[in-house]
Parts: sequence; structure tokens; C-alpha cells
Amino acid sequence: MATTMTETTPPGTEAPAFWDLDPHEHPPGASTMLGFWLYLMSDCLIFAMLFAAWGVYGAAYAGGPTPKELFDLKLVAVNTAMLLLSSITYGFAMISSDEKRQGAVLGWLAATGLFGAAFLAIELYEFSHLLHEGAGPQRSAFLSAFFTLVGTHGLHVTFGLIWLVTLMVQVARRGLEPANLRRLQCLSLFWHFLDVIWIGVFTFVYLLGVMR
Amino acid sequence: MSADTHAAGPGHDAHGHGDHGGAPHGTRRSYLTGFGLSVLLTAIPFALVMGNFIANTQVVIGICMALALVQIVVHMIYFLHMNSKSESGWTLMALIFTIIIVVIALAGTLWVMFHMNLNMMPGMEMPGGM
Amino acid sequence: MSDTLIKTIFGRLTLESFPIHEPIVLATFVVVALGGVALLLALTYFKLWGYLWKEWFTSVDHKKIGIMYMVLGLVMLLRGFADAIMMRLQQAMAFGANEGYLNAHHFDQIFTAHGVIMIFFVAMPFVTGLMNYVVPLQIGARDVSFPFLNNFSFWMTAAGAVIVMASLFVGEFARTGWLAMAPLSGLDYSPDVGVDYYIWALQVAGVGTLLSGVNLLATIVKMRAPGMTMMKMPVFTWSALVTNVLIVAAFPVLTAVLAMLSLDRYVGTNFFTNTGGGNPMMYVNMIWIWGHPEVYILILPAFGIFSEVVSTFSGKRLFGYTSMIYALIVICILAYLVWLHHFFTMGSGASVNSFFGITTMIISIPTGAKIFNWLFTMYKGRIRFELPMMWSIAFMLTFVIGGMTGVLLAVPPADFVLHNSLFLIAHFHNVIIGGVLFGLFAGINYWWPKAFGFKLDKKWGLVSFWCWVVGFWVAFTPLYILGLMGVTRRLRHFDDPSLQIWFIIAGIGAAIIAVGIAAFLIQIFVSVRNREQLRDFTGDPWDGRSLEWATSSPPPEYNFAFTPVIHDLDAWYDMKSREAARPTTGFRDIHMPKSTGAGVILAGLSAVIAMAMIWYIWWLAILGFVGLLVVAIGHTFNYDRDFHIPAEEVTRVENLRTQALAARG
Repeated sequence: MATTMTETTPPGTEAPAFWDLDPHEHPPGASTMLGFWLYLMSDCLIFAMLFAAWGVYGAAYAGGPTPKELFDLKLVAVNTAMLLLSSITYGFAMISSDEKRQGAVLGWLAATGLFGAAFLAIELYEFSHLLHEGAGPQRSAFLSAFFTLVGTHGLHVTFGLIWLVTLMVQVARRGLEPANLRRLQCLSLFWHFLDVIWIGVFTFVYLLGVMR
Repeated sequence: MSADTHAAGPGHDAHGHGDHGGAPHGTRRSYLTGFGLSVLLTAIPFALVMGNFIANTQVVIGICMALALVQIVVHMIYFLHMNSKSESGWTLMALIFTIIIVVIALAGTLWVMFHMNLNMMPGMEMPGGM
Repeated sequence: MSDTLIKTIFGRLTLESFPIHEPIVLATFVVVALGGVALLLALTYFKLWGYLWKEWFTSVDHKKIGIMYMVLGLVMLLRGFADAIMMRLQQAMAFGANEGYLNAHHFDQIFTAHGVIMIFFVAMPFVTGLMNYVVPLQIGARDVSFPFLNNFSFWMTAAGAVIVMASLFVGEFARTGWLAMAPLSGLDYSPDVGVDYYIWALQVAGVGTLLSGVNLLATIVKMRAPGMTMMKMPVFTWSALVTNVLIVAAFPVLTAVLAMLSLDRYVGTNFFTNTGGGNPMMYVNMIWIWGHPEVYILILPAFGIFSEVVSTFSGKRLFGYTSMIYALIVICILAYLVWLHHFFTMGSGASVNSFFGITTMIISIPTGAKIFNWLFTMYKGRIRFELPMMWSIAFMLTFVIGGMTGVLLAVPPADFVLHNSLFLIAHFHNVIIGGVLFGLFAGINYWWPKAFGFKLDKKWGLVSFWCWVVGFWVAFTPLYILGLMGVTRRLRHFDDPSLQIWFIIAGIGAAIIAVGIAAFLIQIFVSVRNREQLRDFTGDPWDGRSLEWATSSPPPEYNFAFTPVIHDLDAWYDMKSREAARPTTGFRDIHMPKSTGAGVILAGLSAVIAMAMIWYIWWLAILGFVGLLVVAIGHTFNYDRDFHIPAEEVTRVENLRTQALAARG
């Protein structure tokens, strides 16, 4: 690996194989998991910028309401519980898929979807409550950053749910075949990734927010 | 999908140049361990903040941030199955690189904006309480 | 019909949105429309629609997608350069009583469009196109990891370009400069559609760029031929790897900051406003976190091209391969540590400015190391002065000067004098033209025979080369001088008549470059006409060293009938010197991805959504979004995405090549 200028083996020495004459068939989708992970990393950077905005604007109340007045930690705790539960149910779906139990996979996916929907419902309730109190995203930079960060996470959960339902139909139709197993794994990464983002949200936005 | 003889499970890699299989799998026990830990790591900071057990907010903030960090690691290991072997270590390398960039962008932005506000908007409190 | 109904249907699109009162725009429109109609008629007359749709638009072949990227870049280069010529003409004229021929409204759009187009729709497509074409060949793969995604990425980039072009004739483009700095780009100061065109064009194209970055990364990591360890990877592939790491880690930042800007404009949030706790400085900060890595996204592939070209035409292994790779990696990290040097003057103070000034100066070290490596590669080499090599040498001379003015600008006190001056303009054109563009021309001349099976004409290539090099220096040396005298950028009119001579010289330089572009087009035309004389039968016209030269020119759909096995860094040179026989029998079925129209449809719908959002036509935006979702979900129900090229077909194609090689002896 050094930068030496070694010439190649001189002609005459026995040449090794230069062509793979007995090729294996490339399994389709061998790159899928890595590719999806790379996409998640890029998504992570979108969230990083939204967290940066939160860091810069988190106390820019512009004379408006503060986190202490607005945030209801009990609600956030329930919400967090929903997301955590949806994570473990998705984990059970993955274990069922390893065991090739299609019915169980569909059942656990449905449970995951229900918890995810509950999370979204609670979040929408919180948002509508804030809007009702006149604390919309236009009120101050603090609220702009809050709604954008939490809303982007919620949007991701929404797309995750759409994906989940689509995948359930596909698993029901075609069973646990390789392409569907791959998709289950991708959605698993996506779903648990949203969990990780949420850890940042409840810590930095809600818990640290009300302590300002 | 190709119906070749290699139609084994996902992540099967016929290339054979050192690539480990695709995503590693969790077991029921590992998922439950991760779940238990994350419930604990979520409950503690919520309890600390909601119950006002510690008067010093700086300490509470520190504990919350530390627990969040630990919980992220827990999720990475037990739910995202992060390890140094999957995809020959490429996923871990991508993650480490991303963390470096995230830290640079976050810390840099806070640092830069703190000084900008200090110099260019005197009289305005730096948002973020720095 | 009532006003509200019209407003509901057409949003803010009215008859006044069409710039029929601007004679220049109108004339341009007439020319473009006539040209467009002529093109459409010609395509219909020669019955090419089916061919284009089946063989190109829906193709998932990385080679065809690469070529489509290059065509897109070339078309947009003409548009971007037209903007440049208009600016140079205006600035050469508008002194004293002479107001020039462009009003401020139009001039501001032109310099914005020039920057946006040249970076996002010329340099990016060219760079992505070359990586797309060359990387899979260099690593001995049959396609990229996600062929459909590749097609989709291209069409998203193309859709972004279409949105920018639409702004020329419907409404207007941004008047904010190419980074649309807040608060100027906010609703208070730019209430019209210009900035919205900017936002949506970049967001749509940005999706394409990001996904193609993910795609190429996965390709390089997962699809290398057996034996090709990381340190046996060709340098261009390495530079593509690092470039795509930068893309995947930088473009999300642009997406986020533009999303916040659009929230400010559409929802009324307070991120970058002057009121409500907003902070425009945050916009500048965030957009440069993307903006500086973007510079390296453009230049690193060019560095890769030069490495390949210099090594090939010096007939030597690249000097200091390992140090080249480490330089790339160091640049990759440092690219994220220098962004503040774009706004030293904004007031972050001494400590912050010093930090970013020093990191900026440090980044010149790995870059300088690369220059030395190229020089040492040439040292004692048997240099062949073919066109790619000419471009490389011109690059080394030009780029070093651009790099040095960059180091000068990295010194914060000096930057306080030169910030936003024409010196800065001269500097970055010096590195982008002298680095990226020269690199792209080197790459186009180098890989053209691989893509089309015949070399490019050398005589016209030389005309183009000399016009570009000379024209560049004539055009930008005056800007360095003017910048040192304190002339700032983006000015439409000047009072001091003593400055005029410099602008006239710069205008002459731009005219020389125009001849260079024309010569390049003639070069392509002449080469196509004389293709039989310029034909490359061997697949290896330059006595190359990396794997793309191991297959025929142009390569078959499947690239390699058998996957090559790599034993050495210069894999093809190794094969040649050890007389590795090309297999001529025993071919098998080859597994390939199927073409699909889903990418075109999805990108088309994205463009519709973007236009609807720009013009506040909410019903169409919603409809388009639902359509997008339905098509995307529908596409996931298509599990039948591959087919096999039968062994007989492979044998037929390979036998033709065997005969062609035998005929040449």
C-alpha cells in the first residue's frame, strides 16, 4: 500500500486469473441496506440543522409565550411511551419475520401502526392546542423552530405509517419473500431512527426547554 | 427476483470479498433488554424534570443530556443493531462520519451565532442561554 | 368568472406574469420557442420519440444516464454563458450617462441565474454525469447499485433545470444573488415569484443530487470487482467516493435551510426575518455550511480526472497514490471546517475569524500536495500532448494562481478589503473555470472515445482549448485588478470612466471564451462527421491504465461479459503487461435491470408540484402530490425489475469484438 513505484510482475511468471469465469449470480438488493443507511445519515443531517436552529432560536420568544407556559410534559411522556411501544412491537415483527411467521409479522406491524398513529394523534392535539392559544409558528422564532423540528419528525412518522401500510399489503399479498424481507428491514431502520431523533427532541426541546 | 440457487435470506452476499452479510438480527431477549433500558432512560429524566427532585437546574440539565446520549447508544445497539461488523464496518464508519459532521455543524453554528449576536446585536440576549 | 374563482384556479399567475413588455426576454422566447418547435418537429418527422423514450429516457443503464447528464450540462452551459455575456456587455457599456441596455430588474435576475445555473445545472450535471459513466466501468461493475434510482435522480435534476428555464418566460427569477441571502430573499423584500422559483428548482434538483450521491456511494462500496481493495481503487473512483460522501453530508443542509426559507415565505415563520426573534445571519451561516463543501464537490472529481489523465499520458503510474488518497480524505473533513471564511466581515469577531482563517489556509496543504504529485508523475514521463493532457497542464498553471488568491482571501484582514469585490469574483472563476471546467473538458476529451467509439477531433479541440485558456485570462485578469481597486460585484452601472477600459478588456475575454464554446460544439460536430477516421477499434485508444479501457468502445450494455479480477492498482495496465487473454467463449446469461418510465413520471409530477407551489395554485399542488404518492407506491408493487441477457446474445456481441480486435491485428 506504500507509494512505491513497483512494477507489476514481469511477464513470464505465471499469470493469475484476470476474469471471473465462474461467476455467481449477484443477489439483487445486496446494496439496499447500506444504501438505505446512507440515506438515513443524510436525513440525520437535516435534523441536525433543525436542532441547530432550535439551539439558536430556542429562547427567541419575541415577547411571546415561553416553553414553561406552553409545554405539557405529561402529554409528552405519554407520547414518548407510544413511540417506544411502537419500537418494541416493530422489533417483534422483525423477530417474527426471522421465524417466517407471516401472520405474526402482520399482527405486530398492525400494532406498530396503531401506536404510531396514537403518537401522531397526540402530537396533532398538542399542535392544535398551541395554535388555539395563539402560539403558532408565526408567533416567534422559538415557536418557528419548535414547530419545524417537531413537525418534521411528525412528517417522517406519517410517511413511515404510509410505508408500513403499503408494506403490510405487500407482505399479505406476496408473503415473506426476499424483497419484502429487505423492505421490512429498511422500514425497521427508518422506524428506530425516528426513535433516536425523538430522544433528542424530548430531551433538548421539551425537558431542557421547560427548565429555561 | 432471480430464482437462482443463492436465493437465501436477505443480506446473503455471493461476492465473497470479505463483505459480511446485511443487517444483523436481534433476538427477542436483546429487543426486550433494549426496551427495558430505554424505558428506564426515558423515565428518569422525565421524573427529574417533572418532580423537581434536584434544585440545581444545571445538574438536571447535565443528567438529562448524559442520559439522552446513553439512550441513543442503547437504541443504536439494540434496535438499529449497530456493530463494527455489519457491511464490513461501513455502516459504523458512515455513522461515525455523520456524528463528526453533526458535531461540527451544531457546535460551529452555536459558536458562530453566539459571537455574531454578541458583536452585531448588542443588547439582545443570546438565544439558547449561552 | 369571479375574481376569487380565477384566483383559485390560477393562483397568482396572471397575464402580466408573462414578460411580453421586456423586448430582450421576448426575443429570447421567440428564438427558444422556434428552436424548440423545430426540434420537436424534427423528432416527430424522423420518428425518434419512441426511440428516445425506450432507449434513453426510461433507460436505467448508467452509461446512458451519464450521457444524458452531460447533454443537460451542455445545454445549460449555453444558457449560463449567455447570461455571462449579457453581464459583460452591460458592464462594458454602462458608464456615466450610458445606462447600458439592461434595466436593474433584469440585470439582477441575470447575475442570479448565471450563478445558480453554472453551479447547479452545469457543473453538477457534468460532474455527476462523468462519475455515473466512468465509476461503474472503473470498478468492473455492470451498473450502479440502484439503477432505477439513478434514472430518477437524473430526471429530478432535469426537472430542476426546467423550472429555472421556465422562470425566463413565466414570471421572473430571483434577484438576490445565487445564494438568495436573507432577509433580501424574505417575503418583505422579494414578494414576487423569483425566490420561489429558486427554492423549488434547487429543492427538486437537490433530491436528485442527494439520491445519486447515495447511489454512487453504495456502488463504490459494494460493487467493486473481486480483488479491488480500497487502496487498489483508481483515483477517479476514489475522488468520486469522497465527492459523494460530501454530497450526502452537505446537501441535506441545503435542503433544511431552503425549507426554513420557504416556511418563512409560505407560512410566515420567523427564522430569517428581522422581527419576531428571527435572525438573517443564521441563514448566511447555514447556507455556507452547505456551500463550502459544495466547492469541493465540484473540484474533487476534477482532481480525479487530472490524476487519471496525467498518469495515462505520462505513461507512468500516478506518483504518490497513497498521499493522493489521504489528501482527498483530509480535504473531505476540512471542507466542513472552513465555512465561515465566506463571511468574515459579518462580525463574528477575532477568535472565530482566526480559527476559520487558519483552517482555510491548512486546506491548501493537501491541495498543494496533489499538485506536486501530478508534477512528479510527469517528471521523466513520456508525455503525450493529447487534448486531455493539454487541459491538465493548463489547469495546473491556472489553478495554482486561483488557489493562491484564495489563500490571500483566507487572511481575515485582507478579506475585509477584498470581500464582495471583483477580486473575489476573479478568484472563484479562477478555480472553477481553471479547475472544474478545465477538468471537465479534459474528462470529456479523455472518455469521449470510450462513450462513443471515436476520438474527438484534435484541431478544433485545440482551437477550443486555446480560446478558453486565453479568453479566461483576458476576461478575469481585469477583474482581479478592478477588485484590488475596490470595485464591488453585481454593479449594473459605473460613474468612474477610468474603469471602463478594464471592463471592455474583460468583455473581449468573454468573447474569446464564446469562440472557445463554439469551437467545442464544432469539434463535436466535426468528430461525428469524421467518426470513421477517428474510430477506436481497440477500446483502449490512449493506452490507458484502468478498467474502463478493458472493454470495447462503446461498452456493451453489460459492460463486462466476465467480471474482471484485480491484482494491481493499474488493473488494465497490469492485464496488458501480463498479457491476460480476453475470454472468448463460455459466456453466460447476464442479469440486468429493466428500464422503467417511473422516474420520468415522478420527476414530471415533482415539477408540476413545484410550479403549482410557486404560483400558489394550491389545488394543483395537492393533486400533484397525491399523484406523486400514488405513482411512487404503485412503483413499489412492481417486483419484476430484472431480466437476463441470454448467453447467445452475449456471445454474438463478444464475437463481433473478437473479430474487430483480430482485424486490427
